[in-house]
Amino acid sequence: MASDMREFVLDDAARPGRAVPDALAGSAAWANGGPARVRRRIWLDTFDWRLYRAGLTLEQAGSRDRAELVLTGRDGAILAAELLAAGRPPRWPSLVSQLPAGPVRELLEPVAGVRALCPVVRATSQVTELRALNDDAKTVARLAVDRMSVTFPARALLPARLTLTPVRGYSGITDRIGAAMTSAPGIAIAPGTALDAALAASGRRAGQPAGKGTSVQLSPSMPAAAGLRTVLTALLDELEANVPGTIRDIDTEFLHDLRIAVRRTRSVIKLCGRALPAGLATEFRPEFRWLGDLTTPARDLDVYLLAFGRMTAGLVAASPADLSPFHDYLAHSRTLQYRRLAAGLRSARFARLTAGWRAALEGVRPPGKRPTVAQLAAARIGAANRRVLRAGQQITAASPPESLHQLRKGCKELRYLVEMFGSIYDPAERWQAVRELKALQDCLGAFQDAEVQGSEIRGFAGQLLATRGVPATTLLAMGEIAVGLAVAQREARREFDGRFADFASHASQARLAGLTRVAAA
Amino acid sequence: MKVFATYNIKGGVGKTAAAVNLGYLAARDGYRVLLWDLDPQGAASYLLRIKPRVKGGGRALIHGTKPIHAAIKGTDFDGLDLLPADFTYRNLDLLLDSAKQPARRLAALLAPLAGEYDAVFLDCPPSISLLSESVLHAAALLLVPLIPTTLSVRTLEQLTEFVGTFNGHRPDVLAFFSMIDRRKRLHTQIAAELPGQRPEFAATVIPALSVIEQMSVQRAPVSAFAPRSLAARQYGQLWGEARQRAGLTG
Ligand SMILES: Nc1ncnc2c1ncn2[C@@H]1O[C@H](COP(=O)(O)OP(=O)(O)OP(=O)(O)O)[C@@H](O)[C@H]1O
Ligand SMILES: [Mg+2]
Repeated sequence: MASDMREFVLDDAARPGRAVPDALAGSAAWANGGPARVRRRIWLDTFDWRLYRAGLTLEQAGSRDRAELVLTGRDGAILAAELLAAGRPPRWPSLVSQLPAGPVRELLEPVAGVRALCPVVRATSQVTELRALNDDAKTVARLAVDRMSVTFPARALLPARLTLTPVRGYSGITDRIGAAMTSAPGIAIAPGTALDAALAASGRRAGQPAGKGTSVQLSPSMPAAAGLRTVLTALLDELEANVPGTIRDIDTEFLHDLRIAVRRTRSVIKLCGRALPAGLATEFRPEFRWLGDLTTPARDLDVYLLAFGRMTAGLVAASPADLSPFHDYLAHSRTLQYRRLAAGLRSARFARLTAGWRAALEGVRPPGKRPTVAQLAAARIGAANRRVLRAGQQITAASPPESLHQLRKGCKELRYLVEMFGSIYDPAERWQAVRELKALQDCLGAFQDAEVQGSEIRGFAGQLLATRGVPATTLLAMGEIAVGLAVAQREARREFDGRFADFASHASQARLAGLTRVAAA
Repeated sequence: MKVFATYNIKGGVGKTAAAVNLGYLAARDGYRVLLWDLDPQGAASYLLRIKPRVKGGGRALIHGTKPIHAAIKGTDFDGLDLLPADFTYRNLDLLLDSAKQPARRLAALLAPLAGEYDAVFLDCPPSISLLSESVLHAAALLLVPLIPTTLSVRTLEQLTEFVGTFNGHRPDVLAFFSMIDRRKRLHTQIAAELPGQRPEFAATVIPALSVIEQMSVQRAPVSAFAPRSLAARQYGQLWGEARQRAGLTG
């Protein structure tokens, strides 16, 4: 059905009042198809454009009291549509899990995941329909003339968009009409979708901003300080982009990405601070530490709540319902922590930090051509690698969990250095060079998550007991979860020796050393 | 999918007018409707402004060398499609005769459309033939227009007797008086008395009205070009009865 449709744009800004635009006159005999309809339209995507990247377009369209959600694929074919309950359209942003159950939600769930759907464009369309007639005055094709005005993200008026659809059994003549239209002055084949056009008119592009994983482009020979300035500015952009979504609590990924930007900034300052102007690192390190700490309690509760379903599903003795007081408690604590976090992100201290940091970065001037990015990368990656090796070799069966946590931090730093300087290396070699490191990190991550969550659940149990009349069954069920966490932790601990040995192996170390040496040479 | 057929051995009694108007009204109710113009004269196709032509002709359709849905045309009305007439339909009897199980052939041809349409209307030429037998086997409800004469009642009796000889599927019959002339005393008398006496009769009658004749000038169903006319109202009521009799639901 969709493959039958042809889309054009009509540039008739000069005389838009005409029932049949002048440019159409030569292509067919046209009749008016009825009064104009007004359609309110909202296009939706996640903050990081997951739908767009998956080739999907989600639109809510309709009148004030009758709207539907329509999901289309790459070729414009409708994959699913859902009529929305009258008078109760979803309030955007909305998590996919909060949409009415049905095929649209089913198709979106695996794509959007935990991310909320946010309006990316709001517009109003005036749609009139024209009918192309043959010699018998029979309708052989319909032409929707859509005059759209965009209201968000910026105000813009679009050239009319024409959609030509054949009546069943009349595709031959419709092809001829379409061809005639294409050659008429003022009419052109539409270069993209209506969403693309609306975004372009408001100065945006689908897929932008791309969210985390935006890799900055460095060159091996640029001065190190200039490279660091580029990296740190990109991280600051990323951090700031995620602030409004965190404050509004749109979905849990905003805070997650904000924390990643903070952690990476701290790593760069800590590991490469000496390549920056004197005093910069010492001035901002404590402030970023404050920011990191500010975000930790809220994120910990997010992690707990996100894993809650999985944890209850693993219960053997207790029933999931036993845990609902625990869930309520976590949800309540999360609300409080997010409030605290939002206050911190609105504070003068935070504003001073970001504004001051941006000004400081803008003022960074490389003292000379050396060291280059590649030299700095080789030195820092080498040092971080040696730290990981040293810390790992000291770990024995008797080492406390804290020593593994420290090792995990070191691994994260090493990994981030490789990623941050990644654009100067061959992508395939880079991937090879961190393979064993990744596996080691997974193991350490599993160990620490289980350890932290295990100790937290003991804390939660104490608080529940002290502040609320909690049933014994809830505590018993929490005990079962604690057991599960302890088992997971022991498993990860058992795996550790093998993973570390792989990482420290001659082959793995040679790949990492080879990577940095070549670029720095 | 419910199959309706407008049927009468006699010509010029209002079969095509009923098929086009009821088909239109069914589509307006939101059903997906296909009207098959089985008459080589192509009156229904003409009324819907569609050329009476099918690639490959009746042979390709009956023998299944061309899938039926490839010949379907969209009308000017949402939800109403037409399978046009073709001049070769005049040989449909011969074509059916050479097919396997000719009496079941039409039903078999329509079966694959069940997912696409809620209602099919078959508009038959006036005759008694292999084609009409095949139509009677395919239809769930026969819509039989009758001119109110004593003879027409005899026609209805013959039809119900004939249908009664079928084993297995037997179509239900809904007869209605058509082209009632108010100036003819016999017409009004018969139209007033008979419906109560036989269960096949509809309560609704279609009077002789010039706006119905106008269809061939307007080339559209009356309810489309004269929605407030008496004719539109009567066809609306008749459709209500037919829909209920056929058990067509939401
Ligand atoms: N109720 C009516 N009042 C006035 N004219 C009518 C009425 N019904 C049909 N007609 C006209 O009578 C003629 C024959 O009607 P129609 O084609 O519907 O009958 P038919 O039974 O299909 O004919 P055929 O047997 O030739 O297929 C047409 O010109 C039509 O416009
Ligand atoms: Mg006829």
